[in-house]
Amino acid sequence: MSKQITVPFGPQHPVLPEPLHLDLVLEDEKVVDVIPTIGYVHRGLEKLVEKREYTEYVFIAERICGICSHIHGQTYVQGIEQIMGLEIPDRAQYLRTIWSEYSRMHSHLLWLGLFADSMGFESVFMNAWRLREHILDDLEATTGGRVIQGVCKVGGVRKDISPEKLDEMVKGLKGIEHELQDLTNVFLHDNSIQHRLRGIGVLSKDDAYQLGAVGPSARASGVAIDIRETGYAAYGKINFKPVVEYDGDCYARCVIRAKELFTSIDIIEQCAKKIPDGPVDMKVTGAPDGEFLARAEQPRGEVIHYIKGNGKKNLVRHRVRTPTFTNIPPLITLLKGCDLADVPVIVLTIDPCIGCAER
Amino acid sequence: MSFFQMTKTVLKSLFSRPATLMYPAKPAKKTPLTRGHVKINPDGCITCRSCQRKCPTQAICVEVKEKTWQIDQMRCVVCAVCVDVCPTKCLTMDNQYRPAMTARGGLEKCTVAGPKKKEPVAADGVQK
Repeated sequence: MSKQITVPFGPQHPVLPEPLHLDLVLEDEKVVDVIPTIGYVHRGLEKLVEKREYTEYVFIAERICGICSHIHGQTYVQGIEQIMGLEIPDRAQYLRTIWSEYSRMHSHLLWLGLFADSMGFESVFMNAWRLREHILDDLEATTGGRVIQGVCKVGGVRKDISPEKLDEMVKGLKGIEHELQDLTNVFLHDNSIQHRLRGIGVLSKDDAYQLGAVGPSARASGVAIDIRETGYAAYGKINFKPVVEYDGDCYARCVIRAKELFTSIDIIEQCAKKIPDGPVDMKVTGAPDGEFLARAEQPRGEVIHYIKGNGKKNLVRHRVRTPTFTNIPPLITLLKGCDLADVPVIVLTIDPCIGCAER
Repeated sequence: MSFFQMTKTVLKSLFSRPATLMYPAKPAKKTPLTRGHVKINPDGCITCRSCQRKCPTQAICVEVKEKTWQIDQMRCVVCAVCVDVCPTKCLTMDNQYRPAMTARGGLEKCTVAGPKKKEPVAADGVQK
């Protein structure tokens, strides 16, 4: 047996947008064990729920993550609405769905760009972020915020989209669809990318299921889990199929995200066709008394918001289980046995969002 | 095949305008809904303190006796809740971002008009 050495990876590393620390135990160039450490960006947002009114807390819930902000806010208000037994207007449900899919697209484009950059493919990185700008412009024009939308509120949404604007958005998405196709073709068919990703970091279906992988990490291993299928918001009225791959390697996780971009365009298109007229919010009185586990599908996987109230303005407990947190055990399994040079690529394929994981 | 596709992208990038803006020399893109920063019309404020109560970051401080309204622009997260709850609509959302700051501070204080009617002191006096 050769001598073991420990190499620290992170919290500051060129491929990591956020601080995750991994102690890699190496034997020659092979990783034999990984010890993860998080805790660099803990902000105590869950405790803050005791100090803020439940209606104001939406804005804090949104700030758990900078990329999936809308879906965090949406999941939180869904939980509150379930406790209080509110039936929010259909139009608000559809609008939430549209904005969720927009934020999914912006997250996936951001990831594709960062991923290309981690492999030294900088022109693709810039192209991906140029296309992402189109998505952000639409978000800003309809909600007022580029990344932190702040449109969800208990009982509906704060902004409405006019039918003309909705048509314009769908036309705009159709307009950039062929550009997205060009971009994703690079990831799907380019030889050097396939050479870099195929057969690296393979997560078997059993492992993915047993270790609790969620989102693209699970779907790339053939576990067809997509919380959107449970039909929250307006997803129950939309036809879509979750993208599933079976190889379980880095390439499969990349393919999932590339293909989900087009699923999102399709969902937005269907929403724009089916969206009913009517009010976008309702009057809310009283305070939540009870507990609920709200689930939703983020770009990175399933998020769970546990909310408990006691009939007062301030909630008693709020617990968030974010997708990155559950994806860390599968990540450890993926890294064991890989080469040191493959570690950055593998870490990036679970799309680590440490701000989320630590709250 | 992929070579020609790449050429297509290269030519397109070569002959199109840059996708980036020379911010701050050129102003950033803005929409009418963009949340830039909160502005107050001091004549309309009745010091009801709704904005202070609803602010999730406690950036707003209203002194009823002194008739002042103060915002800490560094605490403000521009969620526009104060704009929504203001009963007299004296708070508005400007769609220009605030310029970057080079020193500590960010407190903006202004004297406001205060309530339209006088507080019912007489009624209290009768009860006592």
